[in-house]
Amino acid sequence: MKILTGNDLASGDVVWWTGSEWSRHVDDAVDAGDHAEAILAAEEAARRVNASYAIEATRAGSSVRPAHIKERIRALGPTVRLDLTLKPADPAAGNWVI
Amino acid sequence: MYKYDSYDQAMVDARVAEFRDQTARRMAGDLTEDQFKPLRLKNGLYLQLHAYMLRVAVPYGTLSGAQMRMLGQIADKYDRGYGHFTTRQNIQYNWIKLAEAPDILADLATVEMHAIQTSGNCIRNISSDHYAGAAADELVDPRPYAELLRQWSSFHPEFDYLPRKFKIAVIASETDRAAMKLHDIGIRIVKNPNPENGAGELGAAFYVGGGMGRTPMIAPLVRAFVPLDQLIHYAEACLRVYNRYGRRDNKYKARIKILVHELGLAEYTRQVEEEFAHMSALGLEPPTAELDRIARMFADPAFESGLSDAIDRSDPDFAVWLDQNTHPHKQPGYAIATISLKPLGGIPGDASAEQIALMADLAEQYSFDECRVTHAQNIVLPHIRKADLHALWQKLDAAGLATANLDLVSDIIACPGLDYCSLANARSIPVAQKIAARFSDLGRQRELGELKLKISGCINACGHHHAGHIGVLGVDRKGTENYQLLLGGSEGADTSLGKITGPGFDEDGIVDAIEKVTDVYLARRDTGERFLDTYRRIGVEPFKEAIYG
Repeated sequence: MKILTGNDLASGDVVWWTGSEWSRHVDDAVDAGDHAEAILAAEEAARRVNASYAIEATRAGSSVRPAHIKERIRALGPTVRLDLTLKPADPAAGNWVI
Repeated sequence: MYKYDSYDQAMVDARVAEFRDQTARRMAGDLTEDQFKPLRLKNGLYLQLHAYMLRVAVPYGTLSGAQMRMLGQIADKYDRGYGHFTTRQNIQYNWIKLAEAPDILADLATVEMHAIQTSGNCIRNISSDHYAGAAADELVDPRPYAELLRQWSSFHPEFDYLPRKFKIAVIASETDRAAMKLHDIGIRIVKNPNPENGAGELGAAFYVGGGMGRTPMIAPLVRAFVPLDQLIHYAEACLRVYNRYGRRDNKYKARIKILVHELGLAEYTRQVEEEFAHMSALGLEPPTAELDRIARMFADPAFESGLSDAIDRSDPDFAVWLDQNTHPHKQPGYAIATISLKPLGGIPGDASAEQIALMADLAEQYSFDECRVTHAQNIVLPHIRKADLHALWQKLDAAGLATANLDLVSDIIACPGLDYCSLANARSIPVAQKIAARFSDLGRQRELGELKLKISGCINACGHHHAGHIGVLGVDRKGTENYQLLLGGSEGADTSLGKITGPGFDEDGIVDAIEKVTDVYLARRDTGERFLDTYRRIGVEPFKEAIYG
């Protein structure tokens, strides 16, 4: 599937397109199908996202997994500072990236 | 230390106000990202893997206690409680909010700091010897010349849109502690070698066209002696030829090293000399009175005389730190102390806000209000009375800052890598941590002796892997991290570029390979040989045999 990502303009946070808004959690991402370009253009113009682009990902149940390791690290946070990631209480969170 | 005059302060304050306005216009939608991006980059603000990243300039790596304290306050107030000291002697913050960036620049301006020209195709922060003004082996303090170059290059309109970024280093000792020959221009302050024409007079040797990145090159000597009252002219001539003919059509061939290589040293030098002769008639060199004014600000602090060089070594842990992390000072009774930011399990170059604040306090209390950032991502306290070293060490130890591993295998340079950097292909920090863990026994590290290990997460080489005795380059192999091993690099006076040994490894494999390399060294070294010496004597084959055999 093709999902959309970018950064929040003000905070710089990594965000994912949910179909109606932008979420910090990659599992909220939806398949943008053939509409990626149009969605990104509209959202960038409205300053609801910054530096946005489309990536490949797969869904398994309620989990979304970006195809490339770089995007998985963006989705989680730095693997060397798990306390700063979205899963600070999970000592094995870094394994998901690899 | 240099103190801003009213012009310096006005320039920095004006830039803060300008960027505050630009940021507000971006937030309000009056500027698009395409319009805003070059403006924020001019102020060191990148959009990185997780958030905005701010790179703050530390000119020639020198900081006062108040400046260092401000860096800690920014980490605490605006970031997530830490900062990352870089291989360009700067500091980076990884979690900056756009709306707060102007406030950070305003706070920096209160202590005569900024983030100007820490990005973009301009002359970047001038780097220098982190032992400047303290080292026993230096000819003169190189920082007044670095400061003069900083002032010349700040907002220089002709060099604001160069073909590519441009890095200058200035040193004044034979021992190169700044990787001088791996810069676009490397300047070494020397005595006039010509006995018939002002022998002993100070001047500058210019090395032009070095660099790392995807095409590593060692800068060749372009001119052995430039009188100091022509220093700026000559630098300007070197830049002008580059600005005129540097490759703007291809980002990957746009650095000056490519121009020097393609023109050939003789032709590049001829053109520089021609430009230099033209410029010399224009009278644009700053007056020597300005250099004298700057130099007075780098006068030695009020060292005490008659101090003893004796040190009580009865505490064995202190004695190890003393042997490993202190360096001879030019003034009897004093020493240079290096604070390692490479603790076991830590992140190379990272320091917490509390640690930064402590280092600021210690600089004020023990080191005449000065500290330095090293290109190896450590912090130097340059002027410590030997009688104070034990008390200093105790305070460092209590804060987790007394790791006694300077220049040992665990004193690893590592770029932020794929954990933070959007350009990276592989993670650097976890590899550094695994290597440090494998060699965690300090006795084993000291048995190996000086071994400079450097890791980059991509070919841009921010981790200086080309210059490591052992270098590691992270690459992306079909979506999987892979690590190439290089041997034989050096950044010192004997600068050399490491060579790739062969096929790469996964994260655990590269650690095993490095251990095998060190085993070969231990088995084959002659008395007194460093790893690099042994490598140069026996060549790469015995190491390859052990790794790939």
